[in-house]
Amino acid sequence: MILLWLILIPFFGSLLCWQAERWNQQAPRWIALGTMLLVLVTSLVLWVGGDFSPPGVSESPWLLEWRVPWIPRFGIEIHLAMDGLSLILVALAGLLGALAVLCSWNEIVQRVGFFHLNLLFIMSGVVGVFLALDLFLFFLFWEAMLVPMYFLIALWGHSGSPGQTRIRAATRFFIYTQASGLLMLVAILALVFVNYSNTGVMTFSYNALLDADVPDGLAFWLMLGFFIAFAVKLPVVPLHGWLPDAHAQAPTAGSVDLAGILLKTAAYGILRFAIPLFPEQSQAFAPVAMTLGLVGIFYGAILACGQQDIKRLIAYTSISHMGFVLIALYSGSELAMQGAIVIMVAHAFSSAGLFILSGQLYERVKTRDMRQMGGLWGRIPTLPGFTMFFVAASLGMPATANFIGEFMVLFGTFPSAPVVVVIASGGLVLAAIYSLLLMQRVHFGRETSQGQLAGPDAREYAMMLLLLGLTLAVGLNPQPLLDTTSSMVQPVAALFSDSAGLAVQAEEVD
Amino acid sequence: MLTLTDLIGLLPLVIVAATAILVMLGIAWQRHHNGTAALTVGGLVLALMSLPLASNAAASPPLMTLDGIALMGSVLVLASALAIAAMSPHYLASYTGPQEEFYLLLLCAVTGALGLVASSHMAMLFISLELLSMPLYGMVAYRFRTERSLEAGIKYLVLSAAATAFLLFGMALLYARTGQLEFGAFTAGLTSAFTSGLSGGPDPWILGGAVLIVVGLGFKLSIMPFHLWTPDVYQGGIAPATLVLATISKLAVFLVLLRLMMAVPAVESEWLRNLVSLLAFISMLGGNLLALFQLNLKRLLGYSSIAHLGYLLIAIAVEGPLSVETSGVYLFTYVVATLGAFGVIMHVSCSPHGEDAAELHHYRGLFWRSPWLAAVMTLSLLSLAGIPLTAGFIGKFYIIALGVADSRWWLVGGVVAGSAIGLFYYLRVMVTLYLPEPGSQPRDSLEGKQKRVGELTLMVIAVLILLLGIYPVPMIDWLAALARAA
Repeated sequence: MILLWLILIPFFGSLLCWQAERWNQQAPRWIALGTMLLVLVTSLVLWVGGDFSPPGVSESPWLLEWRVPWIPRFGIEIHLAMDGLSLILVALAGLLGALAVLCSWNEIVQRVGFFHLNLLFIMSGVVGVFLALDLFLFFLFWEAMLVPMYFLIALWGHSGSPGQTRIRAATRFFIYTQASGLLMLVAILALVFVNYSNTGVMTFSYNALLDADVPDGLAFWLMLGFFIAFAVKLPVVPLHGWLPDAHAQAPTAGSVDLAGILLKTAAYGILRFAIPLFPEQSQAFAPVAMTLGLVGIFYGAILACGQQDIKRLIAYTSISHMGFVLIALYSGSELAMQGAIVIMVAHAFSSAGLFILSGQLYERVKTRDMRQMGGLWGRIPTLPGFTMFFVAASLGMPATANFIGEFMVLFGTFPSAPVVVVIASGGLVLAAIYSLLLMQRVHFGRETSQGQLAGPDAREYAMMLLLLGLTLAVGLNPQPLLDTTSSMVQPVAALFSDSAGLAVQAEEVD
Repeated sequence: MLTLTDLIGLLPLVIVAATAILVMLGIAWQRHHNGTAALTVGGLVLALMSLPLASNAAASPPLMTLDGIALMGSVLVLASALAIAAMSPHYLASYTGPQEEFYLLLLCAVTGALGLVASSHMAMLFISLELLSMPLYGMVAYRFRTERSLEAGIKYLVLSAAATAFLLFGMALLYARTGQLEFGAFTAGLTSAFTSGLSGGPDPWILGGAVLIVVGLGFKLSIMPFHLWTPDVYQGGIAPATLVLATISKLAVFLVLLRLMMAVPAVESEWLRNLVSLLAFISMLGGNLLALFQLNLKRLLGYSSIAHLGYLLIAIAVEGPLSVETSGVYLFTYVVATLGAFGVIMHVSCSPHGEDAAELHHYRGLFWRSPWLAAVMTLSLLSLAGIPLTAGFIGKFYIIALGVADSRWWLVGGVVAGSAIGLFYYLRVMVTLYLPEPGSQPRDSLEGKQKRVGELTLMVIAVLILLLGIYPVPMIDWLAALARAA
């Protein structure tokens, strides 16, 4: 039941925010903040009290589970379950949701209630994605978070150039994700009907469909349907067209949500659904996926170097970082998959930090164009220092969480795909280049104008310190995080090596 | 001969027809707009309430079949007519010409639609179809002093007559070959014609007849390539008339087409189903593509309805136990969403001067003027786009499930591509509602009881869209039971 509340709290909070605007302009902000903190605290309590040791044979792999029938005609249930990975991601959603509310405190002054309605609605959908175990329900949440995100970008975004670019960016985001989502729906339905014709039971339940016996040729296409949906959201390079624009035009809170949480739903989807449902096909597909990951690493990094808009730059670095995640997910090594989860968490912190910082810069210098910045180190107190830290985290400096993640990914992937690792390591060099370029162009160099600008106020200070502390904490002591997720990752990795073994056996038999 | 049981079975039809006569007499006696509207609503409610009684009567009147499809169609027709009748007074209040006749025409059309969904004989089909179409000419051209409305009426009249000719010719060919006019008897007639056929291939006369019938009905459904009238008539006709066209007329014709296809024996059906699949494919892609850059909301919805009928045709193209249920669910969700969208247009258009407010700029910033109207419009558009948590998603889910279950991958691909294209224009309209700058002066709307009734109806529709999207179980169970009875 507590799982249902994790979804319903932001949902009811969103409705409350909308109506609260009537009494007070500030009320929606406080309600939204309280709601997100409630989600965060609930998941932290669950974390502290949870037992994440690998379950025994007869034990349920889930920490919590809740199911009721929903549409019995198709065997659809409201089936929510939480394990270590979902718990971490839900907590992350709560944290970043709270930060998104905080960072828009001064930025959003129009239609405050409606803004927070959308913001909390996204969070409700995201938490649902992380908890849903019924494929229909999962798809529902997957799509439900699109509409509010669309509004967030379209209504409160920035128009970079004349014309309706923020609406165009929002529309592009929506069409990309919705169309690919429909492909996933087709794949889900095909899977369900194959299972139905095999067993005579119509069900969308994850556990039941794990055992579905899909003919080989079809299974590959179905795997591709899932993969494309997740690849668009991750994003993987040929399908990334929506991301830079969406980030550049979105308000700060939108970027924080998008980079911090929405991208993670895709990695989660691959780890939870695409690989376990189709282990053999994923195994066969792994070289392609890894190549795409490599392309993403370099493409994102190289394009990041050439950007003028600070938010676009950060957006492209996301593509690069997610390339590492993709490689790790398809490496089949437990260590690398764990590393991918660490990268996801670390990237959530560092990219959220950088987006919030660029939002704060925008509030001060009224531009996101780096050509008009420069020399800000001397003009703004404290903020450049924070920028330095998050830039260092983003390039994978030891002691930050990002370093742990990238190190684990490269280390874990090496036995199975050494060539990929060697090439991917080159991406780290590029990461250093774009990170330092960002620092150089924004904070050093010649000043474009004079005058002292305001330093961070208490709210901004608190946000930055929190993210800084978390990045360092995970960087210096990642073990609690790894312990939490290992029981989820182990079986997935095992599935990969099993199916590899099976494939080898099959070849030997032939 | 009609027995008493048959009369009870036909009670909804009788009640609606009687209400039409009452309304006519009432107008002749004394004009009273609100009274006429109340009488219409009362009659329709009564007809709806008589449905349980009628469906339990086990009646089998001549020329008709009162089965699950008929019941499904009757409920949908009566419910949408009720919603239209409840929303029209506010719209018509600003009209300076005669207002009461609209309800008379509406009731006549409803009578035709009720007959159409139950007909199982070519004669009944033809009479009901004409009874449904004739009042529509008048309704589309209701504001006959404006050029567009009149043009739309005449266009619809002429093209409709041409389509009727196709339909009649098709019937004649089928009759010539099989000697039957009863749907059920076609099966036997066609099968024997097939087995005695010259070379074992499809009989060219039957083929021709069936194609002509599909063309005739396809025109009413505005399936591509028989859609040419749709945008102009949608744009020119007054909003309530367009709404009748988009909901009652289309759903009744669709159900009769479904019934006809079910009567076609399997041996003959393959090429016919392929033809329908092709039409479905063209309609869903073409409709969505043509809607992309429309600036007039009614026109846009016209093109979008072409696409929706394209999706619906999949339910006809695919044979199987699920197909009737799918048709029901999709029609249900489509009708609810269309009622919502046009209801808002009617509400916004209520103004004494000129044409309907259907240009996109009329809706700019609607959310900041009347948030509830904009919310209903958003919900309707989301539902038409098939976004989860709205009714439309359940319909789309059914359609895709049907296509996947039958492995019609290219139709499924068409639905996916069509939906992706469709999103673009639905989103464009939706975001317009929320843009801050008002593009044009808000029209002052008439206050009063009629407005409140209209708003209440819109609220019910909006709640229904959400409810069907979140908890569709009652609708699904009910329609599944009806489909089994069909």
